Amino acid sequence: MIEIKQINKSFGDRHVVKDVSFVFKRGQTNLIIGESGCGKTTIVKLMVGLHAIDSGEIIFDGHNFNTLGQTQKQEIRTEIGMLFQGGALFDSQTLEENVRFPLDMFTKLTKAEKMDRVNFCLQRVKLEGKNKLYPAELSGGMKKRAALARAISNNPKYLFCDEPNSGLDPKTSIIIDDLIHDVTHEYNITTVIVTHDMNSVIEIGDNIMFVYKGENWWTGDKTQIFNVANKELRDFVFASEFIKKVFKQHNT
Amino acid sequence: MLMYRVFAKPQKASIYLRQIIVEIDNIGISSLTIVAIISVFMGGVITIQSAFSITSPLVPLYVVGYTTRESIILEFSPTIVCLILAGKVGSNIASEIGAMRITEQIDALEIMGINSAGYLIFPKIAAAILIFPFLIALSMFLGIAGGYVMGVSSGACTGYEYVYGIQAFFEPWKLYYSFTKVLVFAFIITSVSSYYGYHTEGGALEVGRSSTNAVVYSSILILLFGLILTNIFLSH
Repeated sequence: MIEIKQINKSFGDRHVVKDVSFVFKRGQTNLIIGESGCGKTTIVKLMVGLHAIDSGEIIFDGHNFNTLGQTQKQEIRTEIGMLFQGGALFDSQTLEENVRFPLDMFTKLTKAEKMDRVNFCLQRVKLEGKNKLYPAELSGGMKKRAALARAISNNPKYLFCDEPNSGLDPKTSIIIDDLIHDVTHEYNITTVIVTHDMNSVIEIGDNIMFVYKGENWWTGDKTQIFNVANKELRDFVFASEFIKKVFKQHNT
Repeated sequence: MLMYRVFAKPQKASIYLRQIIVEIDNIGISSLTIVAIISVFMGGVITIQSAFSITSPLVPLYVVGYTTRESIILEFSPTIVCLILAGKVGSNIASEIGAMRITEQIDALEIMGINSAGYLIFPKIAAAILIFPFLIALSMFLGIAGGYVMGVSSGACTGYEYVYGIQAFFEPWKLYYSFTKVLVFAFIITSVSSYYGYHTEGGALEVGRSSTNAVVYSSILILLFGLILTNIFLSH
């Protein structure tokens, strides 16, 4: 479980994250949703320590991340897997080397054990047999899946995904969503997903925070989100004509 | 602050060692051709210019070999070749790390709990410090050999005079001076270029800018430290 309490962040005179509090539950896909530029990615970057918070607390299973020393922070980070928007695979390494990298750095597994784990992870994301390909040889969807394989290779306790569906076709988006949802439930991971994709909300929104202009505007789950009176949230949820129609038909 | 992280205790020594070997290949072995070509040609040019400048019949022709050796060992190989390497290696390092920064690869390392500065920069500095002296020694050898070929083939001096010249009044401490410069320049090139790459913000344009800054500031620092070291070693 990860808990954020009244976190704030400003860049110069721009107050980007304003008193945001939320509990990201273990074994659930926790979604941070909102319009582009509302502060979603900044919240995740604050949580993983890529930016320093101005005030507030970020607590990983009882450990206040911001009061920890560098070594303890690095220990917590070894339990984090992250899927970046662009994949962030290491260009100079093959797919196999990318997935094996956290194992090389942080485990004492034998070469054979590492290979087993790599092959298992690649199989899990349906990239078996692609071990020797370089990131430049992969499609956008394959890069995302490869990045997910790397993120889960060292059995993380926490999984962060920054817009996992951006730039993907609907079919591949669903595959990625399902993979994230499945690994979250199978391995009881605390998963945090930043998205503005309503399909993801409908598919995998176990626990949702809607961020509007840097504030936590609403919290709930996928069963509640369509029945909210809040104007800003309704504008976001029903921005698509397709969803409006489906919702109307469903209610009649 | 960055250097503090670069020289922090490695998280896994075997991985760092592997990276150093990779970087020796990237930084050193891949520069062999350019260093060899430039050294041979510059050695030839220095020899011809030296011979051209000697107009008095009172000056013995072995001075051509002597002048070539002194120019190559004292300045051309350690300084000019390092300036060329600042262009080749420096821009390569800055653009590689800069591209990793803008594509979030460095963030990925940090989130995994890896000291990205140490993992990316330390092997480059170590590799350069290890391999640059060999590159420069090769440059010295090829420069002097190039001078021999050009000197003899152009008729500037005989082979015997050239060989006598390159052995005349040889003081081994000058090599110590030259290789001290090389080690300092190796550190400057890799650390300055890594600094600019690591602190890249933005997109492709900024990567290009970091690469340019890396070359410009490495070159300026090489010239500055060249002057300082020359003043320390050679001034009476």
